[in-house]
Amino acid sequence: MSSTPTTSPAQSPSSATFISASIGKKVLMAFSGIVALSFVVGHMLGNLQIFLGQERLNAYGESLQSLGAGLWVIRISLLLFFALHIWMGVKLKAENLKARPVRYKFNETVKASISSRTMIWSGTTILAFFVYHILHFTARTTDPRFLQLPLDMAGNYDIYSMIILGFENPVNAAVYIIAVGLLCTHISHGIYSMFQSLGLTSPSCNKTLHRFAHAVALILFLGFSAVPVGVITGALKLPKNPPSNNHLQSAQSLEPISIESGGES
Amino acid sequence: MNITLHVWRQKDANDPGAMEVYTAKDVSADSSFLEMLDMVNEDLAQKGIDPIHFDHDCREGICGMCSLVINGVPHGPQAATTACQLHMRSFKDGDAIYIEPFRARAFPVLKDTIVDRTAFDRIMQAGGFISVNTGGAPDANAIPIPKTAADKAMDAAACIGCGACVAACKNGSAMLFVGAKVTQFANLPQGQSEKAARAKAMVAQMDLEGFGNCSNYSECEAVCPKEIKVEVIARMNREFLGATVKSSS
Repeated sequence: MSSTPTTSPAQSPSSATFISASIGKKVLMAFSGIVALSFVVGHMLGNLQIFLGQERLNAYGESLQSLGAGLWVIRISLLLFFALHIWMGVKLKAENLKARPVRYKFNETVKASISSRTMIWSGTTILAFFVYHILHFTARTTDPRFLQLPLDMAGNYDIYSMIILGFENPVNAAVYIIAVGLLCTHISHGIYSMFQSLGLTSPSCNKTLHRFAHAVALILFLGFSAVPVGVITGALKLPKNPPSNNHLQSAQSLEPISIESGGES
Repeated sequence: MNITLHVWRQKDANDPGAMEVYTAKDVSADSSFLEMLDMVNEDLAQKGIDPIHFDHDCREGICGMCSLVINGVPHGPQAATTACQLHMRSFKDGDAIYIEPFRARAFPVLKDTIVDRTAFDRIMQAGGFISVNTGGAPDANAIPIPKTAADKAMDAAACIGCGACVAACKNGSAMLFVGAKVTQFANLPQGQSEKAARAKAMVAQMDLEGFGNCSNYSECEAVCPKEIKVEVIARMNREFLGATVKSSS
């Protein structure tokens, strides 16, 4: 028989044991998940402003850029929370694989949803897409056309045109929709898990919570997909008569120029 | 009916083990699953083959000794039923049935389908009790307990500690078991004084035994023969968080 030592109820636990405890890790996962989810919701609301026109979307981008150092504080804080989420996720997965070293010859699943069983894989794919997405739209290193787009008076990027150009390529649009789909399956299980890990579920509200999680995931999927679908279907187009001289001014130029045409959606 | 059995055979804890195939002939649909195994074992013994070892005791679904994974599901295909209460009418003539032991690092196989579940005992020793002074038994109604609290405690106390939750969990997590025990005491006045220490000590012992973490698959709830709900895990999380906040303030 095993001789695993037994802890005593009299032992005084510290915060160190909280973080190393199974439930402590799940709580950190839940908190970092809440931060990540808040970002995703905010991002979708920002994206949807594309349907209000070029000026509105670019003004939104400008308002974010105007935060200056504050924007970097937000970006770095978000990255730290994402890192915590990934670190806990990988650590929990490694421990879970260790806790169940032998698989059943007859493998059966009674209740676990596909989204719950694929969290590590959906999460890993989202991470890979996240890196590509940052390079694509934030660092602007994957599409040389973005560097040719005119800047406005204040030297801000034409986000509207970048999105249209980015999603005119059906492969880009398809990859985006698939990634967003995976993100939403991740979120559909994540929202329920958050409440459960923080001890905020009860038999009376469990069904409602599952429905709420699925509804949020579906709304996010539709909200994010609307943009590439809008571009592919032609509902969202580049401005009809962009000032021709603006094309001479690249984003790399020192002198910013103005965009004269209004947004068209 | 005639059944083909694929059974996990393992001489001892150090043996790698393998699946063996046996045939159960002329099985009555009215016999229980364990009676069917008894018949197979009699046949094997007559042939001079070591019988299939499996845990069992009351055969009434209340002791928690059954530890068979039948066709990938702990306790088999019938919901809210222990393996001993499962009957052969749940299967068809000609079926192939896979019988394996509970699989988890914290439940090492001792022989065939028998696993060492003493990890659960050590979790109980860590905090699954209330401390009372000895003496005459107090009057049963001396401590008022609201009906709703008594019902919640009783639902959690229905846990027979069989370990099917661990076996079903893809992470080998014991959170449904520990959650049930924590919930049972947390709902009763007698459990209040040691509430915080209990939650922390039982969780610490659970982690120490090498059980996995909860990924909220709810597989445990689906196979639990006593229909313990995953909300007991939420209650345990709440108790653990409360205890942590309390001890750090």
